[in-house]
Amino acid sequence: MSSELLKVTNLVKNFELRVNNGARRKKRIVQAVTNVSFSVDKGQTLGLVGESGSGKTTVGRCILRLIEPTSGSVEFEGHDLSSLKFEEMRALRRKMQIVFQDPFASLDPKMTVGASITEPMVVQGVPGDHSDKVIELLELVGLSADHAQRFPHEFSGGQRQRIGVARALALNPALIVLDEPVSALDVSIQAGVVNLFEDLQSRLGMSYIFIAHDLSVVQHIADRVAVMYLGKIVEIGDQESVYARPTHPYTKALLSAVPLPDPKIERARHRIMLEGDVPSPVNPPSGCRFRTRCWKAQDVCAQEEPMLTVRPSGQMSACHFPES
Amino acid sequence: MAEKVLEIRDLHVTFDTPSGPLEAVRGVDLDVSAGELLGVVGESGSGKSVSFLATMGLLPARARVTGSVLLAGEQLIGASAKQMRSVRGRLLSMIFQDPLSALNPVHRIGDQISEMLRSHQNLSARDADKRAVELLDIVGIPQPGDRARQYPHEFSGGMRQRVVIAIAIANNPKVLIADEPTTALDVTVQAQILEVIERVQERFGTAVVLITHDLGVIARVADRVNVMYAGRNVEQGTIESLFDHPSHPYTRGLLASLPRPGKQRLKPITGFPPNMLNPPSGCAFHTRCEYAADICKGEMPPLVGFGDLQTACVRAKELPKSESFV
Ligand SMILES: Nc1ncnc2c1ncn2[C@@H]1O[C@H](COP(=O)(O)OP(=O)(O)OP(=O)(O)O)[C@@H](O)[C@H]1O
Ligand SMILES: Nc1ncnc2c1ncn2[C@@H]1O[C@H](COP(=O)(O)OP(=O)(O)O)[C@@H](O)[C@H]1O
Ligand code: SF4
Ligand code: SF4
Ligand SMILES: [Mg+2]
Ligand SMILES: [Mg+2]
Repeated sequence: MSSELLKVTNLVKNFELRVNNGARRKKRIVQAVTNVSFSVDKGQTLGLVGESGSGKTTVGRCILRLIEPTSGSVEFEGHDLSSLKFEEMRALRRKMQIVFQDPFASLDPKMTVGASITEPMVVQGVPGDHSDKVIELLELVGLSADHAQRFPHEFSGGQRQRIGVARALALNPALIVLDEPVSALDVSIQAGVVNLFEDLQSRLGMSYIFIAHDLSVVQHIADRVAVMYLGKIVEIGDQESVYARPTHPYTKALLSAVPLPDPKIERARHRIMLEGDVPSPVNPPSGCRFRTRCWKAQDVCAQEEPMLTVRPSGQMSACHFPES
Repeated sequence: MAEKVLEIRDLHVTFDTPSGPLEAVRGVDLDVSAGELLGVVGESGSGKSVSFLATMGLLPARARVTGSVLLAGEQLIGASAKQMRSVRGRLLSMIFQDPLSALNPVHRIGDQISEMLRSHQNLSARDADKRAVELLDIVGIPQPGDRARQYPHEFSGGMRQRVVIAIAIANNPKVLIADEPTTALDVTVQAQILEVIERVQERFGTAVVLITHDLGVIARVADRVNVMYAGRNVEQGTIESLFDHPSHPYTRGLLASLPRPGKQRLKPITGFPPNMLNPPSGCAFHTRCEYAADICKGEMPPLVGFGDLQTACVRAKELPKSESFV
């Protein structure tokens, strides 16, 4: 029986946007994340999927307190992060790390790879010269000791992503937020990095929040999946249930839109075509935020916000007329 | 066999860079038949975009281009700038990943389509405007009459890409080249744009070249596929053959590396893409190929008919049968 590592409750993040509208200046609120709740168990991977702008990165950044949430709570190992004093927060922060999408932008070009990997340990005041640790970490991510003296531009995208992972592992984190960690990589290279994440997890037992828009990769790596739409979770549950029997119309449409690398399946498949694009998070639709694109929408969908409800196949979804 | 509209032979493109000459395209042969949808795949840097930018005459002057590109019998390599301006938009159009860069921010959408029409056809302003609205309707823009009077910033990403397609097909070109047209779009919007491209292909008989890194997109819409590696075309054939029994080790590796339902471990291709300033000799894939032998390092293997595929691998006949990916 695994136990809970992270618990996110009613997380809200609004961004204030100042727009210059001719002579008048207006203030608008971007509702990036609205009432998001989920938990992650020790040693597990939660996949966070959804289209661009759905709030995935913002959730990840709020958990690490890289940005202050507007409201809601984040509990890590049973501690409410917002109630912690600075020193306590610092101690907990080392147990949570993040790896970003762009392996080219996330490393300092003027620092050797060794220095980049050492930096989190120095910032956290870990004593020692760390050179053995750097070698250990490089080998852990499939690179070699002599890479420590080299600079980021000497490495390919896949290798840079491995360096980013080595850096994130330096403080033995219990949780790593992986924000689109393989999106910038070619598929043949992506496979190796995904294998690395799996190997590290089985050896070191950390939890992942794996953010991606590639649903096939998430299906491969995640134990549980949360589907976001316009700042809210519309469906969450075990990977098998969500992929095999999606109950929210958006999840169903999203899965049916993903092109699968098999011409026989692709040509036989019935596809749900959604109309239009995702509406703006500045003025999200009332009630169910998906209603402007949903083929099942009724009057009630505009009036009443659907709540996450447990479905027969085990997952939860927020819809007045769930798929079965 | 349908008529060939685009025939590329022995295309080479070399850029002069501060680190020396970089040969991005190293002898590409490729045919596009009327009305077909040809998918082009390959990893980043394999020369997909450069090959078709060369075809369009859109490379910077410091790029050296040699070889032959015949478009409906007309030779495009060495053609004058004036000749290429007449070809682009009339016989050959290209769309890109970022639709905003293709649109003029200060002109109305309808005017931009009309201008494309009138630059190649003898049409009155009124007829061109009418046709512009029809084209917006064809690419699935709701209320096309009203939308024609709006500006690019008033359109979403997916709607902009539809507009760019409308401009590209305005003069009913023989070939539409689409370079990663859905990469920047969300998957539900990607599905819509792929449908528009297929609709155009069917309705007007336009041949489409779709460049993508997504083999799922290829499986959905392509009739035939070209696989590129290190500036060469390493395998081509029908979509069914390529997914059922890929022959080239790189194609096999690519298909095997994709995550598929079920929890089996992923199989990456070992090693890294070659540095094109100094590509490996012979078959450039030999540095990563599990079947590589000394013979592979000698000469660049040409495409050879192998069953119903054309494959550039000197050992194609000796290799074990590939697993099927359908
Ligand atoms: N600093 C900011 N100021 C204003 N709006 C922001 C800011 N950061 C994010 N947003 C907005 O919040 C919403 C969610 O953003 P976020 O980046 O978290 O989404 P995402 O799902 O991760 O998107 P993507 O897949 O494109 O990275 C978007 O509408 C975005 O424009
Ligand atoms: N303008 C340019 N100057 C120098 N090198 C270039 C230029 N454009 C492309 N290249 C090089 O050509 C090679 C192929 O690029 P490209 O065709 O864009 O690849 P793809 O589209 O397959 O990602 C790469 O090595 C790239 O760096
Ligand atoms: S609540 Fe209504 S609009 Fe929302 S997903 Fe369900 S049926 Fe569609
Ligand atoms: S020619 Fe040799 S190295 Fe190249 S793909 Fe064939 S077996 Fe592999
Ligand atoms: Mg993001
Ligand atoms: Mg390209």
